Amino acid sequence: MSSPPLANLQNANKTKEELPLTEIIVITSGKGGVGKTTTSAALGTGLAQKGHKTVIIDFDVGLRNLDLIMGCERRVVYDFVNVINGEANLNQALIKDKRTDNLFILPASQTRDKDALTQEGVQRVLEELKKDFEYIVCDSPAGIEKGAFMAMYFADRAIIVTNPEVSSVRDSDRILGLLQSKTYRAENNQPPIQEHLLLTRYNPDRVDLGEMLSVEDVEDILAIKLLGVIPESKSVLKASNQGAPVILDDESDAGQAYDDATRRLLGEEVEQRFIEKAKQGIFKRMFGVR
Amino acid sequence: MAFLDYFRTKQKNSANLAKERLQIIVAHERSTREQPDYLPALQKDLIEVISKYVAISQDQVCVNLEKEGEYSVLELNITFPEEQAVS
Repeated sequence: MSSPPLANLQNANKTKEELPLTEIIVITSGKGGVGKTTTSAALGTGLAQKGHKTVIIDFDVGLRNLDLIMGCERRVVYDFVNVINGEANLNQALIKDKRTDNLFILPASQTRDKDALTQEGVQRVLEELKKDFEYIVCDSPAGIEKGAFMAMYFADRAIIVTNPEVSSVRDSDRILGLLQSKTYRAENNQPPIQEHLLLTRYNPDRVDLGEMLSVEDVEDILAIKLLGVIPESKSVLKASNQGAPVILDDESDAGQAYDDATRRLLGEEVEQRFIEKAKQGIFKRMFGVR
Repeated sequence: MAFLDYFRTKQKNSANLAKERLQIIVAHERSTREQPDYLPALQKDLIEVISKYVAISQDQVCVNLEKEGEYSVLELNITFPEEQAVS
């Protein structure tokens, strides 16, 4: 069993240009339905668009959905569990995205149960992916069971997808606790996982009316760095209907918000948008047309 | 008056209520997160012992373990009821 420090040592021997250090990013939330898979698809695509070789792994064994969101559901032959069990090699299981260069998808198994993911198996696959990829995006299942643990265990960074709603915020805090204690970095006294907040399904109009928690409220409670705010948008459902990550819809507010978030993830300073109430035109104000 | 009530309910801000509730529950859950497993049992035993002498209820005993670098501090906070000991 090879361990990550060993891999880092191997990486260090090569020049930086030849092989940039791979970063493992987990997209997690605790609560279901907040937008983890939408976010994994969008940010993974965003990183690849910016020229970084990226793979998105679906950790939701038994309930895979990343393939549908990415529009490659009919191209799945082998999956993550097949690779772990040695029934297929990585190249057979990786699906090359047809729309975006530098982007690959590793689908989850639809038939096995979550125990099929073993720590050794996951580590082995991640080590192999590290040789080829700059970013490994792990799409976590909901809950705090094995699949979610495996998705976060080897992460360098975590993006906590949160809705401005009480149960989602509470679950996010729970996940933060687990990231700080039940991960490789925590258990081996390494620098902690970098945590980022991504607030999704945000509605500035309702925040203005006092009907929804504001960005500041959620930042106050969770006390982690804000990566971005994705506004509640019709374009998200439209994108999933079409099987194309929403970030490809560069006309849409959600697509632009994900592009901003990708750039921040890469270290760029990008001002927050979509957190202010939309300005209403004079006709809307006079007649209240919706 | 009904129409005044309408304005009053509108003043009540549900987002603020959500924030207050979250701050309380999150702070509580964070404090229990790092505690060892035996703490709830210890708290239960302590309450039993103290109840022999003083009438107290569950929420009047607070057991807290805080880590400060090399050592841990076990903090025991008991609020006595206003009327004194059971005789």
